[in-house]
Amino acid sequence: MKPVYMIGGGITKFSKSSPQKDFRYMAKEAFDQAMADVPNLTLDMIDGSVVSYFSDHFTRQLMAGIMVQDYLGLTPKPSRRIESGGATGGMCIQSAWEAIASGRMDVCLAIGFETMSHVNTWKGNEFIALASDTNFDYPVGGFYTGYYAMMVKRHMYEFGTTERQLAAVSVKNHGNALHNPYAQFPAELTIEDVLNSEMIADPLKRLDICVMSDGAAAVILASEEMAYKLTDKPVRITGVGTGTDAMRLSDRPSRDVILLPHEKAEDYKDLKYPGVHSFRGGRVAAKEAYKMAGITNPLEDIDFVELHDAFTSSEIQTYEDLGLCKYGDGGKFVESGAASLGGKVPVNPSGGLLACGHPVGASGLMQGVFALWQLQGTIGQHFGGDDTLQIRNAKRGLIHSHAGTGTYITVSVMERGF
Amino acid sequence: MSEEKKVKSMKVEEKEVGATLYNLDPIIMKHHYEIDYIHSYAQDSPFFAGLSKGQILGSKCPKCGATYATPRGHCMDCGAKTEWMELPLEGTVHTYTTCYFGGEEFLDETPFTLIMVEWPGVETLFLSRLVGIAPEEVAIGMKVKAKFKRLSQFKPTDVYFVPTSE
Repeated sequence: MKPVYMIGGGITKFSKSSPQKDFRYMAKEAFDQAMADVPNLTLDMIDGSVVSYFSDHFTRQLMAGIMVQDYLGLTPKPSRRIESGGATGGMCIQSAWEAIASGRMDVCLAIGFETMSHVNTWKGNEFIALASDTNFDYPVGGFYTGYYAMMVKRHMYEFGTTERQLAAVSVKNHGNALHNPYAQFPAELTIEDVLNSEMIADPLKRLDICVMSDGAAAVILASEEMAYKLTDKPVRITGVGTGTDAMRLSDRPSRDVILLPHEKAEDYKDLKYPGVHSFRGGRVAAKEAYKMAGITNPLEDIDFVELHDAFTSSEIQTYEDLGLCKYGDGGKFVESGAASLGGKVPVNPSGGLLACGHPVGASGLMQGVFALWQLQGTIGQHFGGDDTLQIRNAKRGLIHSHAGTGTYITVSVMERGF
Repeated sequence: MSEEKKVKSMKVEEKEVGATLYNLDPIIMKHHYEIDYIHSYAQDSPFFAGLSKGQILGSKCPKCGATYATPRGHCMDCGAKTEWMELPLEGTVHTYTTCYFGGEEFLDETPFTLIMVEWPGVETLFLSRLVGIAPEEVAIGMKVKAKFKRLSQFKPTDVYFVPTSE
């Protein structure tokens, strides 16, 4: 495999709706910003693209991927569409990574979007719920917040996780986003604000859940030779991992915990795993990515994480999958401040999906863009001079993208290459 | 026929159907979108037939012995074709939630309580609804009993659960 670098990134400001720009224009805006990051890169140097969006129902335009490719002026070069539910954006980056790692391309664009504003929120929830088994799950009351609510109920039962701990994730991420001009929903919240917000599916309340968004994001990947030729701040993708699990929440029989290098089987003697409380696919993705990147103790070896927090509960569950703490300790981890800005390993310094928004096909790419800027040390430059969210001397970051109840999960490790 | 007359008759008939103007700047059109979709339960069909007879059917793998509370045609452990297995009508709540909102199709039914049902010795769970109990009284580990709709609609909601009265 050849080394792969990320050299540029761009993103639109995520919003509730963007009627002035369709998905092509939003993609173009993100693409132009990524190109502006790398002034020496011209259109003819791009060998091809991967375009991602989650839902044909939301877009109501089949083959929207090729329409992005042609709008950007990249036809007749190679392109493909990638879809993997909520993990679509993360998978898009990994697909572009494969194009470079295999030597097929020297420069590859990874770009994604979603336009969720075209239907009302409840129809949108119905569309999203179609990403659950339509024989057995969807007809019983298909609602993703309900599925995640059942997962965290069991997490609370097994480990004593509390609603206040969930709320702490919401307070942290919405608060971080106050300094991110691209975020859709920055807010200064208290634990009480979150606890008192409207109940959606017990125990998840309105402020525990991300919003629907329109938006696009793009990153440009390059081979080593092209990366160093084109930019003096290349970021290397040193590890990629992908995990999966059964579509139905019902189908998660108990097995042994999949251990990371710093863990021992005795740590989890009596734990039934994954049950419905943990995302086995996230653990598998982390394990593969850590092996490739040579990470043996994630808490020590990683400087920051941008992870898929469509729900506050999934952020807590994901700390554990990634091995930032032991299974069961996720609630205490956020309460300790370890995941806060200035903490041991800041998680979602951008504000995450909770506060930035979740235009599904763009969300994983958004993480790539913010992680790139963190590692380049250009957060202030990109955030209108506000560098509050810049993690000092960040050398290694992790991005994590996740689809419905943990069905597809990607983990990619990025490191400063200069 | 004169040229003039011919042109006059060439006019598109105007009817108010389909997309309508929703907004002017930018111009946004709104259209209704509804379809009849033909969905086959295929290899899962016996489960739905079972519900109409008051049975909950899961799957069992004849090769490796894996058991599934929600049926699947083939074993996810070894790949063998599964056999049908009747489940007891009493189980316990593995986890639950009460939904106060939902997808559009189910909004009228809110609040409703979802449970994952667990049976001893069966390795996977079954998603269903729990009725006849206040949301705050539902608990993990409580015993529940299956009930069936009298008029089968051939949907997974033909079965639902109620607390076991002991």
